[in-house]
Amino acid sequence: MSKSFEEYWKKNLTLIGVLLAIWAFVSYGLGIFLVQPLNNFWIAGFPLGFWFAQQGSIYVFVILILVYCVIMNKLDRDYDVDEQ
Amino acid sequence: MSILVWTYIMVILSFGLYIFIAWRSRVKETKGFYVAGSSVPPLANGMATAADWMSAASFISMAGLVSFMGYAGTVYLMGWTGGYVLLALLLAPYLRKFGKFTVPDFVGDRYYSSTARIVALICAIFVSLTYVAGQMRGAGIVFSRFLEVEVSTGVVIGMAVVFFYAALGGMKGITWTQVAQYCVLIVAFILAAAAISYKLTGMPVPQLGFGSTLIEGERAGQYVLQAIDGIHEDLGLHRYTEAFHPGGMGMLSVVSITLALMVGTAGLPHVIIRFFTVPSVKAARISAFWALLFIALLYTTAPTVAGFARYNMIDTINDTPYTEAPSWFKNWEQTGLVAWVDKAGDGIIRFRDGDPFIGSPNLTGERGEHGERLVSNELTDNDNELYIDRDIIVLASPEMGNLPAWMVGLVAAGGLAAALSTASGLLIVIASSISHDLYYRILNPQATERQRMAVGRIMIAIAVLIAGYFGINPPGFVAEVVAFAFGLAASSFFPIIILGIFTTWVNREGAIAGMIAGISFTMMYIIQTKFMGMDPWFFGIVPEGIGTVGMLINAAVTLTVSSFTKSPPAHIRELVQNVRTPRGSGEASGH
Repeated sequence: MSKSFEEYWKKNLTLIGVLLAIWAFVSYGLGIFLVQPLNNFWIAGFPLGFWFAQQGSIYVFVILILVYCVIMNKLDRDYDVDEQ
Repeated sequence: MSILVWTYIMVILSFGLYIFIAWRSRVKETKGFYVAGSSVPPLANGMATAADWMSAASFISMAGLVSFMGYAGTVYLMGWTGGYVLLALLLAPYLRKFGKFTVPDFVGDRYYSSTARIVALICAIFVSLTYVAGQMRGAGIVFSRFLEVEVSTGVVIGMAVVFFYAALGGMKGITWTQVAQYCVLIVAFILAAAAISYKLTGMPVPQLGFGSTLIEGERAGQYVLQAIDGIHEDLGLHRYTEAFHPGGMGMLSVVSITLALMVGTAGLPHVIIRFFTVPSVKAARISAFWALLFIALLYTTAPTVAGFARYNMIDTINDTPYTEAPSWFKNWEQTGLVAWVDKAGDGIIRFRDGDPFIGSPNLTGERGEHGERLVSNELTDNDNELYIDRDIIVLASPEMGNLPAWMVGLVAAGGLAAALSTASGLLIVIASSISHDLYYRILNPQATERQRMAVGRIMIAIAVLIAGYFGINPPGFVAEVVAFAFGLAASSFFPIIILGIFTTWVNREGAIAGMIAGISFTMMYIIQTKFMGMDPWFFGIVPEGIGTVGMLINAAVTLTVSSFTKSPPAHIRELVQNVRTPRGSGEASGH
């Protein structure tokens, strides 16, 4: 396997790791494990933990996929493995 | 015009649209039939995926469940959206590059084994059949309430429409009808929510209205959630937004169910198969984004509908004399999905926690002192006098909010769109599993295009009949078998597809052992706890969440067995390297 392929794959794995860490932190961290302390703060008519659990986490999921698409498309071009 | 007339107009218009689209996109060859010729643009694929995914359960039942569960309803909201992140990052691009027709195709090729293919095939069929039964039941509820026809007539109409466009257009016909169905269902859901939000808070965007202040009533000026929490406290209940309250779901249950639903979503064959229909790897990635965006429109609206309905229900029904109950209440009482028992004997409706009686209403056909329909169920010893089926919250919400008749009709059409779009997506999975994976790949590899198409269409007909049978005679355990569908998807496909892409050394022996171990554990646990009445013995994890454990067992067994047995042949390692980069992705091929 060529060096550039190894590098491409490693960067891909790092990106997946970072995005999944955010995914887990927002949904399981803020929406479940920390929901009770966060519910003591009311922001814009919502208890914060409840908002992350029923609204915020879903917005974050959508953004994570968009970020992945944009970065991977660039990575594909940089390492010359994109579809022509 | 009356609600009934409007509903007929909405339903007939939408059905006419689906049939027109299906006729325009009829197909002649297997590639069009199974993967729509791999030519669906990402935006359209996103809409079709969203309609495919959002079932009768999402449209009709979910907001109702959340309304009764409060914070714990989060398991559905996060569980049925978070899986798309896994799908987009870990599965979709690689499976598109692999470029075959079905999930058993990938499992069979990557693990170079007919046994693995057959195990995957059986799981795909079981998961999809389970799911289809629920869709037909949902369609039946809508027909019986809104069109005032017998449930069985409604199911037959639904079956005929789905059969027409699935058999004629295969995946291509289904995809384009799903795009139309998405538009119908999302417009219906959001319009109804916006109208209710505007009425209660003066803010038409429901996601913002949910965080605004009430404009009318005793609690005017309070935030919506503050008012709901306050009403609950006055009635001596736990607060709506409170997490892990005594008697509710604990943290472990919330985590395990959420994870099982997320992983199960990413492993469901009718969702995965959608990513075979787009033209490229790049398109697969971005269509996952569109899909989740379109799903999120409904999933961020549903909790607002849940909250508004909670407020409306308590506000308009609790402590009201039965004779003065609103008209929606009496309409739904006719269907037997709402019932009231006058435990206190004073003619006033009391709405508290818990079930008013055991089981679902068993109408005696007689009327009580105040005109209510009597039930013969054994009463419970709590104060609650009101039975409300969770499935009616969304369908009744336009009436609860006094919205115009045409909107009630639109919501009915939306519920049907959700049920039919998911049913058709599942039927194509069943048909392709049998006609492609079993008939063509295993039984008769010499089959011609015409034979394969004919078998595909026959399989759709058989699957429609089975689904219709369950729609007319719903098994009493529809809700229970949904735990099965997700548990099996999580514990069978998800781990071995991921390991098949992200490792080169995981082999045939490992995958077969892992799938069998994961499925057996999950099935055994669900059967023991759901059907045989055993206590959840594995750290108290509820059966709905056990797919999480099944998945871990599958992965552990797969890795262990693989490390002791012969590594995969060279061409498999090359295949894995190949799927990791987008270049060279052609059209999906059946060979």
